[in-house]
Amino acid sequence: MMTVKAKGLSSEEHQRRLEIRATRLREIVTTIILTPLALIWVYPFLWMVSAAMKTNNEIFRAGTNLLPAEPTFENFQRAWVQANMSQYFLNTVAIAAGSVFIVVATTSMMGYVLGRYRFPGRRIVIGVFVATVFLPKGYTIIPIFELIGNLGLDGTLFGVILAQSGGAHVIFILLFAGYFGQMPKELEEAAIVDGAGFLRVFFQILLPLAKPVIATVVIMQLIASWNDFLLPLVLTLPRPELRTLSVGMFAFRGEYFTDWSGMAAAATIAIIPIILVFLTMQRYFIEGIAGAVKS
Amino acid sequence: MTTIQIPLAKPVQHSRSLRQRIADNRWVYLFMLPSLILTLMFTLYPIFASFYYSLFQWSGFTSQPFYIGMQNFSEVIIDSQFYNAFRNSFIFMFCSVPIKLSLALIIAIVLNDRALRLAPIFRTMFFVPVVTTTAIVGIVMTFIMSPFNGPINMILLDLGLMGRPIDFFGDPKLALYSVVGVEIWKWLGIPMIYWLAALQTIPASLYEAAEVDGANWRHKFAYITVPLLKPFAVIIVLITAVGTLNVFALAMTLTGGGPYFASEVMEVYIYRTAFGAANSMTLPRIGYACAAAVYFGLSVMAVATLQLVGARWAQKERAGISAAETTAGGE
Repeated sequence: MMTVKAKGLSSEEHQRRLEIRATRLREIVTTIILTPLALIWVYPFLWMVSAAMKTNNEIFRAGTNLLPAEPTFENFQRAWVQANMSQYFLNTVAIAAGSVFIVVATTSMMGYVLGRYRFPGRRIVIGVFVATVFLPKGYTIIPIFELIGNLGLDGTLFGVILAQSGGAHVIFILLFAGYFGQMPKELEEAAIVDGAGFLRVFFQILLPLAKPVIATVVIMQLIASWNDFLLPLVLTLPRPELRTLSVGMFAFRGEYFTDWSGMAAAATIAIIPIILVFLTMQRYFIEGIAGAVKS
Repeated sequence: MTTIQIPLAKPVQHSRSLRQRIADNRWVYLFMLPSLILTLMFTLYPIFASFYYSLFQWSGFTSQPFYIGMQNFSEVIIDSQFYNAFRNSFIFMFCSVPIKLSLALIIAIVLNDRALRLAPIFRTMFFVPVVTTTAIVGIVMTFIMSPFNGPINMILLDLGLMGRPIDFFGDPKLALYSVVGVEIWKWLGIPMIYWLAALQTIPASLYEAAEVDGANWRHKFAYITVPLLKPFAVIIVLITAVGTLNVFALAMTLTGGGPYFASEVMEVYIYRTAFGAANSMTLPRIGYACAAAVYFGLSVMAVATLQLVGARWAQKERAGISAAETTAGGE
């Protein structure tokens, strides 16, 4: 009896070790397959940064080598000053800041009442917002252009900010509604007993508790605004000095087409900040994207 | 007295209570106002305005529109350039969506493996293109895929895979598919995150139980992963398909619709008809562009509706089958 039992144990132990070894092997194999694939995925950005530090001569001569022979920062200076990227950078930051502020304010208020209150018309409002998901953007650009013109906001940064904030932002609203909806009722009951009104309950008690959702909305809207192309392109047509980074680079492409290193430097100036923002706040961004499916 | 009062009082009380409830909730309505006004102005109004403008001949935003009824619509429908852009948009969607979604699913399943310790780093690397500025990435990609000293062609030539460089965006046969390729690379990260979120709703205990029963990875995929992902798949396909029609920034910067309109998608066509003509000799045609936009918008919504109806139908079918199974099991 004793020997049989001992034997059984050791074979179980043996089995477990085999499994661990199989898992390790699987990890090593997938890592070996995924590494080159993931490197190919980020290769365009590596090439961009490397080309930005090369001379045009080296890009065309030395070909595919990613490490510049003599790194130079002269291209960045040329892009920043000569190609006006400094102005475009400021415009992009201003537009992004404005639209992030408006979107956080409007979607948090909307999400708060939809998530926490039952009132006549609630289902209609939800229905309208969900229906807007299925509209392609190219469909609405002409009336938006006309509307901004009629408001007297054509050729202003505020016009771009307003148009960018005007999307229905269903995901943000649902994220706020879900988050506010699951907070305990006692939170505002205690505050109301203390004499707090509707505004104070929201701004001083509940909104500060929604920091994770605010972070998600801030970073998602920041990236969306930074990367937007069609709206700023159309709305800054008459005013080249209001161009954003993406519109500015598009306009200069024809002019500097042979200056690959200058264009690469300009692209690096535009893209690296947003990648850094993403890397530092990655968790919130991924949660926001995943929220689209869960809700 | 009381018998008369009751039926009379009921509707009055009801309407009063509704008014009362609205009055009680005045802060609620006030809070919805900013968001509702913005949505009304920039999302709902443009839909109706597009249709209205499409009834006018209107050459430039500074000129006077001139009512011509449905004439734009009858002209757009026989315009070969409209047809070309329309077809390209749908070719784009039908090429991009299946490849992007299946690639994303494979990567998501691999990354969802808890044994893979580097998974977060890989996930970030696959996701990075998503957050980068589309129009600028488009310009960078025209360099990278350029037939003149572009690194991709240089690598292919060095490896001896090609005799001569490929003109990805200059060859009319290739241009549209090259844009599809860049689009898949750029946006793969989003469906990957969707799939990962969906996969994480499947409890690990299910797989463990299947392993005890001796299931291999193919069994686990077919009998656990696929059925449990299906409800998510419907919405993921829908969001991805509609998103794929929104490719203006890439199409504009990679090819601008060229060569010879070979890769012109609907958004580029609308832009060119309404705004782009400013640089050329022809007059912009805003009403005409709106008519094209209305056609396109309606078709997109039709596709979305078909998909939703199809998904409902599939769900019902499945519910029917599983109901039949349970009754059969009960017997």
